[in-house]
Amino acid sequence: MEILKRVHAKNLVKWAKNKPEVLVLSADLTSSCEADAFRDTYPDRFFSMGIAEQNMLSFAGGLAREGFVPYVHTFAVFIYRRALDQIAMSVAYPNVPVKMIGFLPGVTTPGGATHQAIEDTAIMRSLPNMTVLEVGDATEVENVLDVSYKIPGPVYVRMLRGELPRIFKTPMEFKKARKLSEGKDLVIVSAGICTEEMLRAVKVFEKNGLEVSMYHISTLKPFEYPEIIESIKKSKYGVISMENHTIIGGLGSCLAECMAEEGVGKKLYRIGIEDSFLHGASRPYLMKEYGIDVHALLKTVEKATKKKLKYKEEDLGEVFIPQLHSDAKAEAL
Amino acid sequence: MSKFDKKWEKEVLEIADGIRMRVFQHTVEQNGGYLSQACSSAEIFAALYHGLMKLPKIKEPLMPDPWQGAPGPGNPIHTGIKFNSGGKAGYDRFIMSPAQYALVVYAALIETGRMDEAGMEAYNKDGGSVEMIGAEHSPGMEVTTGSLGQGISQASGIAMAYKLKGRKEKVFVFLSDGECQSGEFWEALQAASFHKLDNMIMVVDRNGCQCDGIMKPVMNIEPFDERFRSFGCECVRIKGHKPLLLAEALSTPHRGKPLAVILDTSPYHGLTFIKERSPKFHYVRFTEPSQREEYRARYEALVNG
Repeated sequence: MEILKRVHAKNLVKWAKNKPEVLVLSADLTSSCEADAFRDTYPDRFFSMGIAEQNMLSFAGGLAREGFVPYVHTFAVFIYRRALDQIAMSVAYPNVPVKMIGFLPGVTTPGGATHQAIEDTAIMRSLPNMTVLEVGDATEVENVLDVSYKIPGPVYVRMLRGELPRIFKTPMEFKKARKLSEGKDLVIVSAGICTEEMLRAVKVFEKNGLEVSMYHISTLKPFEYPEIIESIKKSKYGVISMENHTIIGGLGSCLAECMAEEGVGKKLYRIGIEDSFLHGASRPYLMKEYGIDVHALLKTVEKATKKKLKYKEEDLGEVFIPQLHSDAKAEAL
Repeated sequence: MSKFDKKWEKEVLEIADGIRMRVFQHTVEQNGGYLSQACSSAEIFAALYHGLMKLPKIKEPLMPDPWQGAPGPGNPIHTGIKFNSGGKAGYDRFIMSPAQYALVVYAALIETGRMDEAGMEAYNKDGGSVEMIGAEHSPGMEVTTGSLGQGISQASGIAMAYKLKGRKEKVFVFLSDGECQSGEFWEALQAASFHKLDNMIMVVDRNGCQCDGIMKPVMNIEPFDERFRSFGCECVRIKGHKPLLLAEALSTPHRGKPLAVILDTSPYHGLTFIKERSPKFHYVRFTEPSQREEYRARYEALVNG
């Protein structure tokens, strides 16, 4: 697996080069959100707003009304928790192109409940005019700038930073699911870092003769995937959703809504954080403790198929675990 | 400064009286309204719309649009900017922050020949844009500010955009003192002075009232002018209801800093009988039919003078 460092930092500078209308706003987390290279390269297009997110979001709304495209960088929790009213009234209501780049989704930080965005998709997708995107690897971290830029209104991104694997060879596309495998037994739909976990189970499925359709989702709103719904309809055991987010209001809920509306009479198993806050601990520990890793997936597959899976630990694909302390991160968090 | 002389001040005071009377009339007709806001701010809006802001002349008073739907895909932003600068080069922007003052703005637009009087038939009526608590689609309003504290931040973003584009026009922000209790307001001041937004001018109606009553026992914001200054703004504090003082205050040099003018006003200026409602001035409501009739009689007595 190819591992890349500070993908966004380098890419943002390159991508924004000939886009004078693209501005970056930051709330004291500039290098933590990999916007430091942009700041140093284009100081006239970088705005330090201090630890004052409510003003930052309304301020961005004002800039966007005048034709600029502000890319707001901070930790996700400080976007949708601290400044929700400002996002709703100064950004989403006028449908202006403020792009909110929210770092540290779910278990990706040991920073504890204050830093872990676990209900952001649920909250942001309920806002009219809002588009919600989530990236799953280095390729998507690179492509998400262009994808968000081409959407005329406000966009919220569940972003990744630091050391990242490159899983996908083809670019991320708006409203398009990645079909990673096809099978008639079971459907698994995953988003963000959970896709890496889902892929670790491929060999186990093969060994057990289980034919699985696997999808990776990067557009969480709008959520329109007739192909996935069709494949759930045809599946023998139904569908499993897998997300680094509370099971209330995220990917699993999106699927549930679509399945109910389409009258899909299949079982839905939601893997995600089960109505609980997290706490400060490492990513592998949290994924295991809260049941969003490959083991949780295999357990759910057994539940869905009512069959015990035969596998050994070495059948599980490799996983990339970013170092807690590394030169790819600005600080320990 | 010759333009702003005694003659101008007299004109402003006449416009202000007109604003107050219009809001009074609507308060009686609608069985309630934001009347004390009109009392405290009538001279401010009159002065701003009658020369203090650089606005294009409007030949025929404009009619408000019907409600055109919330902005969204296929439905671009509709704002009340056409009643102000129309976004035209060379003219000032106007961000009205406390949207509860909307009725005062509508009255000011009518009194200064920018809005057709007949437009008030749509006031607080279903399907219209002349809403009770206005939003960006309402006449004279350019952003959605009913959630208090967001006006100054959005205005700062617009002022920054003007700087980036090399535009020389000013961005005026009308504020009321109650909303200055919010954290976002102070965040915005901090950022506006840090980013040297000297193209932004804040005009603050310090009427000392908020929804719960008199501000002081609810949440004190004094020393208000010193707080502005300590946050890096140029600040001038003047007596309210005196248009020439406001004109003079607006000419204060403020290179590299946003300018704030605080006007100490009275929530019953011009309609002193409202004082009997103390300490509740936020929304003048009639609980008894007799009360409404009493106000109607007072209104008619003033009209027939």
